Amino acid sequence: MSEVILSIRGLAKNYELGGAFSRGSDVVHAVEDINLEIQEGETLGIVGESGCGKSTLGRMIVRLETPTRGEILFEGHDLAKEPKKALRALRKRFQMIFQDPYAALNPRRQIGQIVEEPLRVHGVAKDERTRIAKDLLKRVGLDEGAYEKYPHEFSGGQRQRVVIARALALNPRLVVADEPVSALDVSIQAQVLNLFKDLQKEFGLTYVFIAHDLGVVRHVSDRIAVMYLGKIVELANADDLYENPAHPYSQALLSANPRMGAEDKRERIILKGDIPNPINRPEGCSFNPRCPKVQDICRTTSPELLTIGARQVACHFPN
Amino acid sequence: MSIKENSEAIFSESPGKIALRTLRKDKRSIISLTILGFIVAISLLAPIYSHFIAHTNPFNSSLDATIHVGGKTVPVLEASTTGLGLGVTPIGPTWNPSSYFLGADGQGRDVMARLLYGGRNTLLIGTSAGIICIVFSLLIGVIAGYRKGWVDAILSRLLDVIWAFPVYLLAISLSVVLLTSGLTIGFIHLGPGSFALPILIIGIVYIPYVARPIRAQVLSLREREFVRAAVGIGAKDSTIIFREILPNIIPSVLVFIPIIIALCMLTESALSFLSIGVQPPSASWGTIINDGLALLYTRPWVGIAPGLLIVLTAASLNLYGDAVRDALDPKTRSRGDA
Repeated sequence: MSEVILSIRGLAKNYELGGAFSRGSDVVHAVEDINLEIQEGETLGIVGESGCGKSTLGRMIVRLETPTRGEILFEGHDLAKEPKKALRALRKRFQMIFQDPYAALNPRRQIGQIVEEPLRVHGVAKDERTRIAKDLLKRVGLDEGAYEKYPHEFSGGQRQRVVIARALALNPRLVVADEPVSALDVSIQAQVLNLFKDLQKEFGLTYVFIAHDLGVVRHVSDRIAVMYLGKIVELANADDLYENPAHPYSQALLSANPRMGAEDKRERIILKGDIPNPINRPEGCSFNPRCPKVQDICRTTSPELLTIGARQVACHFPN
Repeated sequence: MSIKENSEAIFSESPGKIALRTLRKDKRSIISLTILGFIVAISLLAPIYSHFIAHTNPFNSSLDATIHVGGKTVPVLEASTTGLGLGVTPIGPTWNPSSYFLGADGQGRDVMARLLYGGRNTLLIGTSAGIICIVFSLLIGVIAGYRKGWVDAILSRLLDVIWAFPVYLLAISLSVVLLTSGLTIGFIHLGPGSFALPILIIGIVYIPYVARPIRAQVLSLREREFVRAAVGIGAKDSTIIFREILPNIIPSVLVFIPIIIALCMLTESALSFLSIGVQPPSASWGTIINDGLALLYTRPWVGIAPGLLIVLTAASLNLYGDAVRDALDPKTRSRGDA
């Protein structure tokens, strides 16, 4: 097994609701007690439905969000406690790719300037910046002329290529991609996903790939973490998870994914109800009100994330 | 408009250039800039007019002078013959640029010369107050919106204090107090007759009207993904403000500039009309209207002429502001072509 590039211990993020005059009110537990290790060169997929905290987790990893508790260990630094100035210098080692390519580019600046900005911030000379930016634009599949154009002249897929080029400008080790293709047309998604794979080989990148589209995640990921209500409920190799999900939530999630061909005999598991309110989470296992296999113990005791064979599952009755 | 034409037009142009091109073609901007240019030009040429054409100056009151009109000799100020025989009726418009083109005011001063000099003062005060207002609003709005938290709370409450008073009430109260005593800030002393006082007062009362929308825009911009991306690459706060946020604020500031200048100019005229703006013997369009008030029935042009100039200037500034707004707003951009 290769080197661990990032390890997360007991990471949690709470949001306090209410303004300055209503102190001590409701607390949203967006992310709770996450433990995770990311290996050098792998792609870790994170899936889950809307509001499960996967984006918050991703933003905490790149410290766009300050964790409430826990550690994020990266290259000998705890990013959660790193002072602001030191953190700025460290930021070139990890980058984020955003969901909405229409919002992620400043509409008033040229593509060249946008891609060069990270280099400028970290003090690379002008000639060198231009050379790197032009080279990167070529590598992400945009032509030379893009350098002097403005974001409004590009389509969503092309813009996402610019966002990728900007993220790679500083030659990072770790890239967190937060639903990078969900705003794109299906025909463009495949192209961008292949670009992700090609760049990973070329630059030796490690990806944390957040998505809600299970097909997309399987295509790119080596391992997949399934999140539910701020917690990881299952973590397994991509193929293992897809062939044989152990947690009832993973099973339901995967059964909802349409498959090609008539040979698929798998029965669709339809979950009852909505995702519970993260302010008043259910006692015991968070999934118990919707779980088809629920027992008494599920309503009282929260299951630990335990290692079973090659996978980790948080369930009292895993398959 | 064909699709081809359109796609060629937007090829590799910055949003600013596109707006500028739209603005150049806009009839409203051409008309309003022509009118404004004319008014500014004649105001700037005021000394030349009074010195070389009218051979007078705006402070020169001719109580017992006479001039020749159409071969006859008439006094500039004619004693009233009706009623109690009190007061004087100044000479009406001669429509002759070399003497009393628009007639004289109650003290026998050349109204045309005063109008041009008054225009200089009104435009100077309106523009300076507008610029002061915009600069401070930008500073307050950006800091409050970007810093959020307690900095925002304090700045916003300060704006609320100004906002709580009706504009004219606040401007009048401040003027009444400051114009009698002057204002001393540290080493700087602004005397009661100084133009700096009306400029400051007018600039300050409009700050909340500009600072608040700017703050709101900064608040929303700082949550946008491109700003997060700038944080993510390790940019400093100053870099983020100057390179990511400010370029996106500038368009709305550009729209505010002509409108705020028009408002400041109107406020100046109103204060001067009430004798708490520009102090005599200096003229402004507001003071001339005040001079004309007593002569409204006999010599209406003394009041009408500055009134017309105020209306023209304010309307042109607003028209230009509309044109700028439409040019900068991509949603209404196609309206002129359709």
